[in-house]
Amino acid sequence: MAKAEFQLEPLTCPTCVKKIESTLTRAKGVDSVKVLFNSSKVKAEFDDTQTNAEKLKLTIENLGYTVSGSKTS
Amino acid sequence: MIRLINKYKNQITAISGILIVLGFLLSVAEYESYKDLALITATLIAIIPIAIRAFQALRMKAFSIELLVTIAVVGALYLHEYTESSVVTFLFLFGAYLEARTLEKTRSSLKALVDMAPQEADVIREGENLTIPVEEVVKGDRVIIRSGGKVSVDGRIVSGKGILNEAAITGESVPASKAIDDKVYSGTIVDNGYLEIIAEKVGDDTTFARIIELVEEAQESKSKTQKFLDNFATYYTPAIVVLSIIVYALTRNLHLAITFLVVACPGALVIGAPVSNVAGIGNGARNGVLVKGGEVMDRLSKVDTIVFDKTGTLTKGKPEVTDIKTFSNLEAVELLRMVAKAETISEHHLGQTIVKEANKRNLSIEGELLNGEVIKGNGIRAQVDGHDLAIGNRKLMDAENIQVSDEVSAYALKREKAGNTAIFAAVDGQVAGIFSIADQIREDAPRALAELRKNGIKKMVMLTGDNKHTAELVANVLGLDEFQAELLPENKVSFVKKLKDEGHVVAMAGDGINDAPAIATADIGLAMGEGGTDVSMETADVVLMADKLMQFSHAYALAKATVRNMKQNTFIAVAIVFILLAGVLLGYVHLASGMFIHEASILIVILNAMRLIRFNSKNGSSETELG
Repeated sequence: MAKAEFQLEPLTCPTCVKKIESTLTRAKGVDSVKVLFNSSKVKAEFDDTQTNAEKLKLTIENLGYTVSGSKTS
Repeated sequence: MIRLINKYKNQITAISGILIVLGFLLSVAEYESYKDLALITATLIAIIPIAIRAFQALRMKAFSIELLVTIAVVGALYLHEYTESSVVTFLFLFGAYLEARTLEKTRSSLKALVDMAPQEADVIREGENLTIPVEEVVKGDRVIIRSGGKVSVDGRIVSGKGILNEAAITGESVPASKAIDDKVYSGTIVDNGYLEIIAEKVGDDTTFARIIELVEEAQESKSKTQKFLDNFATYYTPAIVVLSIIVYALTRNLHLAITFLVVACPGALVIGAPVSNVAGIGNGARNGVLVKGGEVMDRLSKVDTIVFDKTGTLTKGKPEVTDIKTFSNLEAVELLRMVAKAETISEHHLGQTIVKEANKRNLSIEGELLNGEVIKGNGIRAQVDGHDLAIGNRKLMDAENIQVSDEVSAYALKREKAGNTAIFAAVDGQVAGIFSIADQIREDAPRALAELRKNGIKKMVMLTGDNKHTAELVANVLGLDEFQAELLPENKVSFVKKLKDEGHVVAMAGDGINDAPAIATADIGLAMGEGGTDVSMETADVVLMADKLMQFSHAYALAKATVRNMKQNTFIAVAIVFILLAGVLLGYVHLASGMFIHEASILIVILNAMRLIRFNSKNGSSETELG
């Protein structure tokens, strides 16, 4: 199980949170997702045999949010 | 493609704005047909990013404000209302841009903290000096910090000393001086000096990293009002769609229905409450007060009764020599030197307090001691520099057959009544002096308590395991309403329970470790952090990082201000929605002006919350600024 943390552009609408959360949760290999609205961060836990941080980053970007930094552990 | 559009959203906004201005200029120059062309282009460009987001949300089965705007704009285009359609799309994008900018400001208090995080560290490994990224420092590394450098890990000083600015951890701007064996924290800055430390906690385990994480989570956790508003918004948006269809069905006026759709968007309502909380919690964090979430903010503002633990909370928790009175021709300093030298054999905390005092005054207490003997419960006996010393309580004096004159006896009693422990020091069979030792009341306690009372605390109680005599004294000096002495931790818990049952909203302030059960029982648990011990950071609702009672009074005033701010925002948001809806139905508000008022209301609530960032209870601006 791996963890990733993405820093996004400032999130302004609570619906964004829902959008990112549900999309990532449904992505393959993702275990849990937490979107921090106020610090504009996404924390995800995933199975690193099925997916990776780069793929998750792409998913977020395809939803229309700029990812300015990421951290994996 | 989608990513590109999002990336250039600001440029799209600008182009659409320029096109609108161009359109109006063309209209003034009487090129009407070109005006429409410019406005239609402006609409089509600006609607793209909005429509994309609306569609994405819809795929997630979420109704979004973007969807409402998209429907409205399509409707306006259908009605040939090009001015309205272009202005609405432009205002929506421009409003979102301004919101992002201002929201960033409200969140910036935390960002300022995050930016304090060090990036690099100088370490000594196998005799070599290396500069490495902070992530690569491991436990046990020897880290060097020079003047002006940032401490990158939590650790203990093994060499050197310095003046450290610990504001990042404690919110305290007065620098602290640190030397060998002292703990230093990541995020603090060496103002002056040179330190070598051994890393004890690195990376995400440091106190600093945990503070950031706690604050982030606190800002995320929602208050009851917020949860209510979130639920409200989930049903509200679809309800607005249904309502506007009903409006259309009743009036057959598509224009009215579309306007209704746009102005009813729940913007300020959804953002108003969270933005107050974020600003409030951020203000606390910068001032060394961790408030764990909106719910805590809400409860803290309602507190009317505070229960204090005495030792370590109202008092410093560190006994000090408060007075040395001599009864012979020996100088006080000389007596202290001899007594302290004798007390080096003592493990009793009072004896060690005397040794510490001598060290503080740089007295030399090294050297040989003869016939040192600890008499348990009474004191010690030893030969120092050829003199026979007996140091201890009255019982020791009696046991040693040392005469205690009435004068000495009366003085000792007086000191005891003033809250001190009196220690007799006899030299060669004569009482040479009396040492007074006391755990002093914190300097900021009287002011902090007065401010808390002024801000609405009705009852202040002190609980302590200490004796009644000392407890009464502290309670009187501080003007507390009630005190209970000689309590066990479980007594404290039942006392807090009793107060709660009587209908008080109780905050319990203690030192976090032995008071943990009572802290957990109270409505609001408050721990004196002393640089943030793990236990206190976990169990308490509010942590005072710099161990200052003034921070408590700041937190209380801040909680009241935050809750008031949240209420103002909710009121503003609801009032504007009603005014807009009434305005639309009565025909005063149109699509473009409705959008303008809607976006303006969002900015108003954000700006209102931003006042909390600067909130400062100390200079009394709370009433003038936020009243």
